Amino acid sequence: MRLLLIGVLAGFFSALFGVGGGVVMVPLLLLACGFSERPAMATSLAAIGIIAGVGTVSYAFHGELKPGAAMLIGLPAAAGAIVGTAVQQRVRNRTLSIAFAGLLLGLGVKLLV
Amino acid sequence: MGVIVYAIALGFAGGILAGLFGVGGGILFVPTLTLGLGLTQLHAEASSLLAIIPTVVAGTWRQARYGNVRWRPAAMLGVAAVGGVEAGVAVAESLPQDVLRRLFGALMVLIALQIAWRVLRR
Repeated sequence: MRLLLIGVLAGFFSALFGVGGGVVMVPLLLLACGFSERPAMATSLAAIGIIAGVGTVSYAFHGELKPGAAMLIGLPAAAGAIVGTAVQQRVRNRTLSIAFAGLLLGLGVKLLV
Repeated sequence: MGVIVYAIALGFAGGILAGLFGVGGGILFVPTLTLGLGLTQLHAEASSLLAIIPTVVAGTWRQARYGNVRWRPAAMLGVAAVGGVEAGVAVAESLPQDVLRRLFGALMVLIALQIAWRVLRR
C-alpha cells in the first residue's frame, strides 16, 4: 500500500519535473519502507525505467521530445550508470546516505541562490 | 562542437549519479538540455525522460547482477507511478514555464532538508 502511494507521488513529480522520480522514491523507501541504501537505490532505479518509459510515451503524443539531444546525453549516461553502480557496490551504506544528502543539499542551495 | 563534448560529459556524469544513488539522472539532464543545448524547459523535461531510459536499463542490469534489485516493489512503484505520471504531464502543460522551474527548485530544497535531517538524527 505504501509502495503504491510512493509510486503515485514519484510518477507525478517525475512527469512534472523531468526527473525519474528517484529523488522522491529513494528517501521514501529509506524512511517509510525500511529499505537499506543499496536495495532502495537499486529498486528505485528499476522503477524509474517503467516511469520514464510511460512519461516518454505521454510526452511523445504531445510532440515535446527531442530524440537526438536525448541520446546525446542518454548513451554516455548508460556508460556512466555502469561505473556508478560498480562504485556504489564498494561504498558503505552510511557513506551512501551522507553523499546522497550532500548531493540534494548542493542542488537545493544552487537553485536557491 | 564544444557544446556536444559538454553534453556528453554531463550525460556521463549524470549516469554515474544514477548508478550511485538510484536517481534517474534527470537532475543533471534537464539543466544540460536547457543551458547546454538550448531546449525549452518543457522540451528538456520530455527529452530527459527519454535519456533516462538507456541510463536505467544499464544501471538496473548491473544492480540485478549485484543482487540489489527488489523486483516486486520495483514493479509496484513503477505501475503506481503511471497514474501519477499522467497527472504530472497534465499539470506540466498547463503551468507557465517559470512557475515550473520555481516548483522544481522548491522540491529540491525540501528533499535536501529531509535527507539532511535524517542523516543528522541517526
